[in-house]
Amino acid sequence: MWLRRQGCLRPAGCGVEELRRRRREREAALRKARREQQLISKRLLRDDAPEEGEGGCVAVILGQAEIQQFLQLAQRGTEEKERGRALVSLRRGLQHPETQQTFIWLEGSMRTLVGLLTSNQALLQLEAARCLHELSHSEQSAVAEACLPATSYLLTYLSGHSSDFIELCLYTLGNLIVESEAVRRQLLPQGIVPALAACVQSPHVTVLEALGYALSQLLQAKEAPEKIIPSVLGSTLPQHMLQLLQPGPKLNFGVAVEFAWCLHYITCSQVNNALLITHGALSTLGLLLLDLAGAVQRTEDAGLELLACPVLRCLSNLLTEAAVGAVGEQMQLRDERVVAALFILLQFFLQKQPSLLPEGLWLLNNLTANSPSFCTSLLSLDLIEPLLQLLPVSNVVSLLVLTVLCNVAEKGPAYCQHLWPGPLLCSLLGTLAFSDTEVVGQSLELLQLLFLYRPEAAQAFLQQSGLQALERHEKEAQLQDRVHALQQTALHS
Amino acid sequence: MQLPPAVHARLAGGPGAAEPLPVERSPKAGAVPFRFTARQVRFPREHEFFEDGDVQRHLYLQDVLTQVAGAPERPRVPEFTCQVAGCCQVFDALEDYEHHYHTLHRNVCSFCKRAFPSGHLLDIHILEWHDSLFQILSERQNMYQCLVEGCTEKFKTSKDRKDHLVRRHLYPADFRFDKPKKNMSPATPRATVQVSAEALGAEGEQVEGDAMEVCSEPAGERHTAGRRIPPTICFGQGASRGFKSTKKRNKHQ
Repeated sequence: MWLRRQGCLRPAGCGVEELRRRRREREAALRKARREQQLISKRLLRDDAPEEGEGGCVAVILGQAEIQQFLQLAQRGTEEKERGRALVSLRRGLQHPETQQTFIWLEGSMRTLVGLLTSNQALLQLEAARCLHELSHSEQSAVAEACLPATSYLLTYLSGHSSDFIELCLYTLGNLIVESEAVRRQLLPQGIVPALAACVQSPHVTVLEALGYALSQLLQAKEAPEKIIPSVLGSTLPQHMLQLLQPGPKLNFGVAVEFAWCLHYITCSQVNNALLITHGALSTLGLLLLDLAGAVQRTEDAGLELLACPVLRCLSNLLTEAAVGAVGEQMQLRDERVVAALFILLQFFLQKQPSLLPEGLWLLNNLTANSPSFCTSLLSLDLIEPLLQLLPVSNVVSLLVLTVLCNVAEKGPAYCQHLWPGPLLCSLLGTLAFSDTEVVGQSLELLQLLFLYRPEAAQAFLQQSGLQALERHEKEAQLQDRVHALQQTALHS
Repeated sequence: MQLPPAVHARLAGGPGAAEPLPVERSPKAGAVPFRFTARQVRFPREHEFFEDGDVQRHLYLQDVLTQVAGAPERPRVPEFTCQVAGCCQVFDALEDYEHHYHTLHRNVCSFCKRAFPSGHLLDIHILEWHDSLFQILSERQNMYQCLVEGCTEKFKTSKDRKDHLVRRHLYPADFRFDKPKKNMSPATPRATVQVSAEALGAEGEQVEGDAMEVCSEPAGERHTAGRRIPPTICFGQGASRGFKSTKKRNKHQ
């Protein structure tokens, strides 16, 4: 159940170093795109190697005459197999941007293709759909937008039964969705949301994964919070999504990844998270988190962080809903195992994907901020020391770790009793040496709480050259007042 | 990062919350110049906090989509024939057969043998084309339902419905699964004549060269099966869908 789609399409003759280099390039491009708020652009979704086809077949540039010939053969050929082959040849050509351009400007070509797509010849339908899919992949807007006449049919076919065909239609739609708001302005009135809602009941895993992909693209759109998410929330999709995220023998990793991201785009838009909570989102996601931690323990390294990331985000955002307090016992997230699971995941992130540590710690903050119970769990499960081990990772991580520790300390003397004696003070003397003002500031906050509720800690602080550690920051504008106050407290202790 | 064994043991244990230690706050905590307050945090969609995770997500998508773009390799099996009566299509791959079956044999109207892409459209077709009660009722109330799933609008005539599909749902005016039935009384006796049932709708639409249900089979090849065929019926199979070819076909295609 945790095995994801095996193997990536590798361009022929690519060594490991080359792959790594390409991956770094792609990553840099994605980062740039995200900062420009262009991450949803489909331009970046396709592997940039049009010349390298699969199985040794090369994308050919077709001219107008050749395209016309293939189309005619497909329409009027005598034998179905022959007609199918004509479309296959056309598809290979369409992998090339030049052929795509020629195709869309050729009069009647899209009309013919749509005619074949809606023909009653199954093989031709499938091949026509593949041609369309190729076009939808295009980096050029004009090409993808030329596919618009086909969308009503693609949506109609989602209610069909042929799983391969539906999968293809969904990936095509997903590509088109991402293309532009203009495309979405057509797809929404055409009923894409109800069509997806009907399709989500399919028993086929491949269909579900494709559907999750298409839906995630839709939900990621800039205008989604106002124009798309309300109707998605009003449909039966949320219940089905949560069902598909429930751990158990039926959980499919690829499907779960897609729908977890869908859920993330919905929750972080803050449209109506209360509704999700009434559908049991918190308990489903909590159980899924436990399941993920279990998988990590079994060292099933199948890209688990791809699923962990959106799950953490959803939980963190959902916990902030006021509705959480009002809803019944089983709906709320109270299970102590969640804390255990989270730490197992933090350990996993430290090894595999340190960039996800902040996200995990964000959840820990939201769990502990207003919860004496979870703060107690941190203490009773001996998790303070592991938390301290994360301090050196980065400033962002340090800040979050210190914040969580403040969450614990601010609950009073009963909690601070468990914080000192212990490694905490020594770690704080360490963080006081950091250059980052915010990290130092948070260290000062924690020291204040510690000294307030555990005065003996102040004495120990003095004995460990704490004052000198503080002096370093006496001139820093943002820190001076607090430094001064602490110096006073320590001296009077 | 070392985790104490208690953590793993706890994960394996049963659900339950820790009994909280007593909370006792002093008003001095977080007081000026200090400022700490324990609070939950939300991040909105575009926040840079999400950058790393989002980038990883898209790298994953790139890999998946690259796989999807390639045509699948289909395992070949020994050739076999479609078992539906009258269909002689031959296959050497199961997926091709699956699609063939679902396209041509799954949602087939038992009255006129026309095939539809979904059960939904088939149901609407049967209602509007083969249900005489429908005709009667539609004179008094709006019976033509919108084809888009999720839209509950109903209309007096098929033309009104088409207008709605075009204006409200941005459907193409020549949407192939919305051909109006020719408005003829079913009781009118007629010689079996080649009829393009939808080519001439009540509103006098032009015959479209590539209309889906254009019939090109001459009468002689009609598949009567000993039943009286209402004259408004055109057998879908063998129709050249989408093009002007007049090739005659005997098989269910």
